[in-house]
Amino acid sequence: MTSRHENGADYVLTAKGLTKVFGGIRAVDNVDFSVRRHTIHALIGPNGAGKTTCFSLLTKFLTPTSGTITYEGQDVTDLSPATIARKGMVRSFQISAVFGSMSVLENVRLALQRRVHGPSFDFWRSVKCLHALEDEAMALLQEVGLANVMHARAADLPYGRKRALEIATTLALDPQLLLLDEPLAGMGQEDIGRTTELIKRVAQTRTVLMVEHNLSVVATLSDQITVLAQGAILAEGDYAAVSQNPAVVEAYIGEPHDTYD
Amino acid sequence: MSHHIEPTTPTQLQGKTGGRRRTARHHMFVFALIAALVVIAPQFLYPVFVMKFLCFALFAMAFNLMLGFGGLLSFGHAAFFGGAAYATGHAAKVWGWPPELAIGFAVLVAAVMGAVFGFLAIKSRGIYFAMITLAFAQMVYFYALQSPITGGEDGLQSIPRNSLFGLVDLSSDRVFYWLVAAIFMAGIFFVYRVIHSPFGEVLKGIRENEQRMISLGYQVQRYKLVTFIISAALSGLAGGTKALVFHLASLVDVHWTMSGEVVLMTLIGGLGSIFGPIVGAGVVVAMQNYLADLGSLVLIIQGMVFIVCVLVFREGIVGVLAKWLKTRL
Repeated sequence: MTSRHENGADYVLTAKGLTKVFGGIRAVDNVDFSVRRHTIHALIGPNGAGKTTCFSLLTKFLTPTSGTITYEGQDVTDLSPATIARKGMVRSFQISAVFGSMSVLENVRLALQRRVHGPSFDFWRSVKCLHALEDEAMALLQEVGLANVMHARAADLPYGRKRALEIATTLALDPQLLLLDEPLAGMGQEDIGRTTELIKRVAQTRTVLMVEHNLSVVATLSDQITVLAQGAILAEGDYAAVSQNPAVVEAYIGEPHDTYD
Repeated sequence: MSHHIEPTTPTQLQGKTGGRRRTARHHMFVFALIAALVVIAPQFLYPVFVMKFLCFALFAMAFNLMLGFGGLLSFGHAAFFGGAAYATGHAAKVWGWPPELAIGFAVLVAAVMGAVFGFLAIKSRGIYFAMITLAFAQMVYFYALQSPITGGEDGLQSIPRNSLFGLVDLSSDRVFYWLVAAIFMAGIFFVYRVIHSPFGEVLKGIRENEQRMISLGYQVQRYKLVTFIISAALSGLAGGTKALVFHLASLVDVHWTMSGEVVLMTLIGGLGSIFGPIVGAGVVVAMQNYLADLGSLVLIIQGMVFIVCVLVFREGIVGVLAKWLKTRL
């Protein structure tokens, strides 16, 4: 990846001293890291390493015990999660978060509604004014390969397709930074291929920070990897560097990495 | 609202817009049916009884907006219903206001109460939210019990209806019925519009997955508060109208059992269904009226109906009906 700027100006997101204590347990412990613009940054680590907690701290779904978060040069540590989302830093969830009783199209439309239509307190208008958003929703569904099921109830989709729908819904907000929490978990091989391609395409104009367990995907997809273990950073670098790091091999992989290739 | 996209899946596109039209057609039919019933009802039934039913139906719809569509279980809606009844009574009796102003004033009072209670309660969830709303409603009850303005144990009696716009004398129940019918129809149309508005879409999203809505940038608390205020205002419309129907605003209207009754109506009719609360209100009001001779047995029968309802058909009467007809009602 490009390492043209070293002055920090091309970092989208920076966390400094990020710490979260749950009843005496330091789930995230003094984590510093930065996400460079237009890269795919992976956050990996064994179960319980604090990856998802980290995500929730960065998007303010949890309040950090200490530390600061800077997004696009602005301190966002004290902002509400909804405000952070509106600034273009949008997260997905580990457990698939679709609106089950709505149609696939309506799921995406609900996100478009917020971005295009505004806060939508207009309870006196007909919902018909939202139908204009459906062309764009269709286009997004086409991008993730869901156009042919757009009228299905979201709850009826197979798991992997729900994840794809989530990505489409997230993209509808036109975010600058996507935080994807295990976007490939539970997907079949075909879906993994398609979604990997999608993430790659998305990252050409945006920045992606993701938690992922599938190491072969991490290897091919990510420009930068941060390894967390027990809430602290164990190693950082590209896949080649990280996978050779003896501390990582011991703590996370437990055996030589090439077993996983 | 037709789409001009390269029709990759033209049949499904048609299917959807067709489905929307089908549902909309059903709703128009139900609206027409309700309007027809409201028009002919006083020919067969005692107008005051029908008016009582219409007021409670409106109250239940207001409540359903919060519980069924906003996912907020309030156990203090009697405060808005009864508070509005007192407000209307005071405006009509002491200030001599015409009904349109007296009821309008009541709606305003209920909305302001809703804004204050809602602002303080909305931060809590589930049972805590229910308990806080109950606590506020009890405060209103004890205020009504002791304040000289509300007439204490006697309530406000002989509230005059005055004349509509200072022109139409409403003292006859047959004449006043049409005003109540108009308020009711306007009320259900309003609820229908709220549910089928961009705001209503956001509410559905919050009900389904609040966390995801936050991550999409929606400020969930504000939508809940607005829902609370709308629901309180509509409850006020129902309560204010009721005070003029019976010429009476009393402690019954602000008592916690009133809050319980509206939960009962909504659940029997169908939680989260648009027309369900109307049916639920009909069942409860009819039971109270026709079984009145049985005295306190009515409460036991009500309780049993409620238990059967929760055990056998959780979606409520209209919910089950909608399932059979494969539509949304």
